[in-house]
Amino acid sequence: MNPKRINYIFKQAFKSMWRNRMMGLASIGSVTAVLIILGFILILVLNINNIALVARETFDQIAVYIMDGVEEEQIEEMGRAFRQIDGVMGVAYQTKEYALEKVKRDWGEDAFLLQDLRKNPLPNTYIVQLTDVSKANEVIKQLETFEGVEKVRYYQDAVNSLIKIADFVKKIGTGIIIILLLISIFIISNTIKITVLNRQREIELMQYIGATNGFVRGPFIVEGIMLGLIGSLVAILIIMLGYNYIIDYLAGRYLALLSGMSGYLVGVKMVINDLIIIFMTIGMGIGILGSLVSLKKFLSV
Amino acid sequence: MIEFNNVTKIYKKTFTAVRNINLKIDSGEFIFIVGKSGAGKSTLIKLLLREISPTQGIITYNNQDINKIRKRRLAEYRRHIGFIFQDYRLLPKLTVYENVAFAMEMICCPAKIIRREVPLVLSMVGLADKAKYYPDELSGGEQQRVAIARAVINKPETIIADEPTGNLDFETSKEIMKILTEINRRGTTVIMATHDREIVSQYPSRVIELKNGMIIRDIKAGGNEDEPKED
Repeated sequence: MNPKRINYIFKQAFKSMWRNRMMGLASIGSVTAVLIILGFILILVLNINNIALVARETFDQIAVYIMDGVEEEQIEEMGRAFRQIDGVMGVAYQTKEYALEKVKRDWGEDAFLLQDLRKNPLPNTYIVQLTDVSKANEVIKQLETFEGVEKVRYYQDAVNSLIKIADFVKKIGTGIIIILLLISIFIISNTIKITVLNRQREIELMQYIGATNGFVRGPFIVEGIMLGLIGSLVAILIIMLGYNYIIDYLAGRYLALLSGMSGYLVGVKMVINDLIIIFMTIGMGIGILGSLVSLKKFLSV
Repeated sequence: MIEFNNVTKIYKKTFTAVRNINLKIDSGEFIFIVGKSGAGKSTLIKLLLREISPTQGIITYNNQDINKIRKRRLAEYRRHIGFIFQDYRLLPKLTVYENVAFAMEMICCPAKIIRREVPLVLSMVGLADKAKYYPDELSGGEQQRVAIARAVINKPETIIADEPTGNLDFETSKEIMKILTEINRRGTTVIMATHDREIVSQYPSRVIELKNGMIIRDIKAGGNEDEPKED
């Protein structure tokens, strides 16, 4: 395309954006709102999924806590018995001392908090690996019957419900997003409509003179794209700052609790590139669609 | 050359705006299309501009069926035709110069040519000294002259004027007619719809009279034949 033409199209687009700035702000606001909600839902789903994923790897096994005071011989005996259970692939023993070391390692800088413990609160534990997850309930029942077993913990259920929650949030979120997208397209198309009506005389004239369709439509489409893009940039900024703030807040407040879980949260840096691409694409898409809807309605070429 | 071949236009399946129009317009002609409002003048013009398509019949421009022109090529076709409106349709926020230049910008003329051509055309319509005025600072006749300048600046083969003197008094109308005949003298086909009988009688040329959507008279010599001439 000839640069003069592009220059003209952009000049017209900016001019009408300025002339029509209140509606423009409303359009930008609606795009921003949609994208922030989209971002929020995306981040929520990503995090729940991530937690479920990490948890699944970590907890694809059964932890059998042994009561304090059980003799070592008996513990060994139990280990052998566990191996005999149908559905058990392997058994690993973890002493309470080892468990404490592991926690200390996980907590890193905050490990000093644990130094004053008078007594190791963690139990001796058997980690039971399953041959097949479907046998979990069977195995758990049998494990619980052993004398000296304090508690049997199995996290697979929790993980599965997390995945279910994530799916649910995804579905509801998709519904909300679609409705909001339509609303945004409507608001942008209204903004463009006003521009089209403002310039109807000029447009008619252009058509009589023999300006090409692209030339006539270009400014409106550029205007729509600009509105969508600005809206998406504002949304990106707000999401970035907001998400950072939330992570900092959580980290500050529940540092000790969460530090072991730091792998569970998805960091801003990990998502921001994708978010920028998604947001800008959707923003532009809303803008183009809004313009086209309006042009189709009000421009009889 | 423009040809209407048995052209009929029916609006909304019931109202027949023009009926069985057969018409041939050679390049370089000056033609009046006359008739009362509702006679079909505007429909004829709209058909020619391809704003609307005929229900029946074929319209050709330089032997090309204009209703077979693709949408993408329509703009190109319209560049053959300069259009003049009854209500001038100048852009109020642009100066006289800019209004005329606008037409050239729309078809992406290089700035150099625009700067050269606009003053020439403005002086042709006698408004060289008003280039920096805005439309609302001009009289009706002057505004119409700007509109004519805008219509001819891209050197179309044909000028269509829809009641160009409809809003003007007789004296001012004569100025407009003088410019239009001058444009015609330089080789441009001029098609002018009007119901101003006085104008028609003053400028003898071909007259096509429409009534109820049909051509009831096509007179090469011109004049208002239904009123017996008094001389």
